[in-house]
Amino acid sequence: MSAIGSDNSVYIARKRRNVVMLTVSSLALAFGLFWLIWILSTLLYEGGSALARVSLYTQMTPPPGADGGLLNAILGSLMMATVGTLIGTPTGILAGTYLAEYGKQGWLASATRFLNDVLLSAPSIVIGLFVYSIYVAQVGHFSGWAGSIALALLVIPVVVRTTDDMLELVPNSLREAAAALGCPTWRTIMLVTYRAARTGIVTGVLLAVARISGETAPLLFTSLNNQFGSLNMNAPMANLPVVIFQFAMSPYENWQRLAWGGAALITLAVLALNILARALFRKSA
Amino acid sequence: MQAQAAATTPIMKPFVTEARGAVAPAESATKLRVRNLNFYYGGFLALKSISLDIPEKRVTAFIGPSGCGKSTLLRTFNRMYALYPEQRAEGEVIMDGENLLTSRTDVALIRAKIGMVFQKPTPFPMTIYENIAFGVRLFERLGRGQMDERVELALTRAALWNEVKDKLHQSGNSLSGGQQQRLCIARSIAIKPEVLLLDEPCSALDPISTGQIEKLIDELKEDYTVVIVTHNMQQAARVSDYTAYMYLGEMIEFGPTDDIFIKPKNKQTEDYITGRFG
Repeated sequence: MSAIGSDNSVYIARKRRNVVMLTVSSLALAFGLFWLIWILSTLLYEGGSALARVSLYTQMTPPPGADGGLLNAILGSLMMATVGTLIGTPTGILAGTYLAEYGKQGWLASATRFLNDVLLSAPSIVIGLFVYSIYVAQVGHFSGWAGSIALALLVIPVVVRTTDDMLELVPNSLREAAAALGCPTWRTIMLVTYRAARTGIVTGVLLAVARISGETAPLLFTSLNNQFGSLNMNAPMANLPVVIFQFAMSPYENWQRLAWGGAALITLAVLALNILARALFRKSA
Repeated sequence: MQAQAAATTPIMKPFVTEARGAVAPAESATKLRVRNLNFYYGGFLALKSISLDIPEKRVTAFIGPSGCGKSTLLRTFNRMYALYPEQRAEGEVIMDGENLLTSRTDVALIRAKIGMVFQKPTPFPMTIYENIAFGVRLFERLGRGQMDERVELALTRAALWNEVKDKLHQSGNSLSGGQQQRLCIARSIAIKPEVLLLDEPCSALDPISTGQIEKLIDELKEDYTVVIVTHNMQQAARVSDYTAYMYLGEMIEFGPTDDIFIKPKNKQTEDYITGRFG
């Protein structure tokens, strides 16, 4: 007679543990989703009406009490985020490639990796102050370039880290297979390894873009703000996070509306970016 | 059979001298001449003074228990070990009068002549067509039509064409394991190597795919020198013309497959072949 039946005590204890753990996991999931949904619904509720108005995208930031939009802030944010990403992404990918493909041995790679992790977790206000002291204080004025540099410095560590990690995940057998065909290392990296890791690397870049699109602290000390529609990168430049910061703190109702609208806009843009990336890679994979 | 072996050869012949004596099969030219090859993983001596002659346009199998150095030996022929700075080889692996281990020739050119297929199928993350064209483009500039021909030829040679001709532009990863392995073989022969190294090519495959690959190996030896590492002794017996038995980094016995399997000269070989090993 087998001891294993539905009254087996080890079996019952395991079933019970399973129920407990599953409940705890579900609660944790619900807890996380609860705040996320709350944030999203509040943003849409408060910012929805501002988002729906065409003037948000066509007019400059207004003085208190007047009607206006966020055009200058949207353009400024787009320009600085683009330049920051353009500087930060190639630098980050190249550095990550060095770490994962060439610098396996030696102190240089491990020192770089360590410093990069420090940079990754550095408070963004420190980055802002750093760029302020090496650039803004030297040239004597705030500017879009300074903002872009600060954002690039935030992009680099994220991209270095994800590129390094994603290249590490590519199985060595793939590199050996390319080498066995007589493929030089650089070409293996360009044509095989990058291709195998591209989803991860692009995700890393998108994460970095998402991170810089909401950063306020580094821009406060670098690009500051500009209430006029200026596309001059060498002058102070408007941007969504600083505008949101200033308008949300203000006592003026119309500014507060615009701040909600801007916050909802950033969130939806980042969300759209993520959905787009997923859709693209589902097709290509 | 064992009695016969025992009757024809003294069983307790010291195998070290046997190992040093390279076997040069008279009826076929030598493609790779290995002499006094030592191989180190860091400080660990993994191959001990290996000497053997790999005959041209024949299938040579390396057999032996795990860790005996058969894959290591295979990986010295195309200098695969050079990817890892802590690994090094000394001695001679001579092809066309040139010692591959010390040659000034770019390692890429050596590897183009000596192709390799691995234990796990390794399709590149690109289409089936691109998987083949990738290697060809490294050394040749072909027009669209010529490349199409080359891809078809390689896939046909690897007995895969009929299965993939309608989906050349799908991902190589969409194929089954056996198909992926034949794709890897096709990829290797597309650049027209002289030697094909197969490192346990069937160990991740089911019996039907294994059968297809073995049939393929039999056809490939018309044009290529094939060296196969296998854990499966029946496979060695089925596909190879020559067999080398290795143990703990030494070449114990090397000769025509029939001789190794029917009347091995060495007691260790016989014990391994008959399953009385250890």
